Amino acid sequence: MFCVHCGLPEADGDHPSCRGGRAALEPPRFCPECARRMVVQVDPFGWAARCSRHGSTTSAGAGVLTD
Amino acid sequence: MTAAAERTQENATDVLAVARDQVLDRGVGLTRDQVLAVLRLGDERLEDLLALAHEVRMKWCGPEVEVEGIISLKTGGCPEDCHFCSQSGRFPTPVRSAWLDIPGLVAAAKQTAATGATEFCIVAAVRGPDARLMSQVRDGIKAIRDSGNDIQIACSLGMLTQEQVDELVAMGVHRYNHNLETARSHFPQVVTTHTWEERWDTLRMVREAGMEVCSGGILGMGETDEQRAEFAVQLAELDPHEVPMNFLIPQPGTPYEQYEPIEGRAALKLVAAFRLALPRTMLRFAGGRELTLGDLGAEQGMLGGINAIIVGNYLTNLGRPAQQDLDMLADLKMPIKALGDTL
Ligand code: SF4
Ligand SMILES: [Zn+2]
Ligand SMILES: [Zn+2]
Repeated sequence: MFCVHCGLPEADGDHPSCRGGRAALEPPRFCPECARRMVVQVDPFGWAARCSRHGSTTSAGAGVLTD
Repeated sequence: MTAAAERTQENATDVLAVARDQVLDRGVGLTRDQVLAVLRLGDERLEDLLALAHEVRMKWCGPEVEVEGIISLKTGGCPEDCHFCSQSGRFPTPVRSAWLDIPGLVAAAKQTAATGATEFCIVAAVRGPDARLMSQVRDGIKAIRDSGNDIQIACSLGMLTQEQVDELVAMGVHRYNHNLETARSHFPQVVTTHTWEERWDTLRMVREAGMEVCSGGILGMGETDEQRAEFAVQLAELDPHEVPMNFLIPQPGTPYEQYEPIEGRAALKLVAAFRLALPRTMLRFAGGRELTLGDLGAEQGMLGGINAIIVGNYLTNLGRPAQQDLDMLADLKMPIKALGDTL
């Protein structure tokens, strides 16, 4: 599994800048399964993120799908 | 000297006493030196400062709060080099280019209106719009109207030509956002691909065409207190309808990645100082308040000069849940501005 904020393996180190307050204000940017950068759309109430290989995920509340 | 005379002399030099007479009573914004003096007040004066800024806001703007939602129509891949921005294509940030389709735009406008917000701002990460973007905006606004949503629509599409200004007016866009971002003297440190003066020119055209002008910036980009004061009075000179205040969220991959967010008390001082420089302007909490101020600080800001907020998420960053802000306004007994009201 990969970190959705930096794209590095979750098991590599403790990802300090991916756990703080700033990261809490970030939608996922990297696919947890393959670490590809995802296409992300933020809307007022959620986000939708799409990996070209692994498809889309959305947060609860998202009204916008980019597919 | 008698005690009374001493007090009079003290009042003549205390910037808050001066501001009470000048700004609260007469509605005249602080000068650059006065703003600087406010920013340099000790933390023990913060409470008095916020209370005065709140009085100024209540007297010159009233208790209503304007609520807005924003949406990114075109994300990332921008050719400009604004050093704070994760959407610049020049920096190795994790943000990828994306276009929102029209149904997505209509859905976001609907969600925004459902909160009671009266303002929906459509934003694109571009130097200025091209024909494709203008036609997407036109189709998007038409689709929002066709869906029966009468929320007011603002746009933020970068630098405009006169022709584009006129087109936006014809589409019914009532307000245009284009941030001056920072003090004129600091701007070349922040952006090298266009100038502060080019931004000013767009704002001038927007105003002359009859749209409301929305222009603010980001604090915490390495500017000095002098430059913060300079920025406040430059905004006052522009005299916009609205000033959005952002606090830098250091974005991974940008040149400002390692900057420290502004400390909470300093951010509150800035809020109050900007209110005292801009007594009649709508002052909006925009990005970065969650990180800089937290929940308690947001409330202090609402009681320290702010009279407008962005609810929900931002363009590429998440905000706190919209309901939390709506609950806060209810707790503070601040009514949400309704459609058709003017602030
Ligand atoms: S013009 Fe706007 S989108 Fe482009 S880099 Fe500057 S702030 Fe970011
Ligand atoms: Zn990480
Ligand atoms: Zn993937």
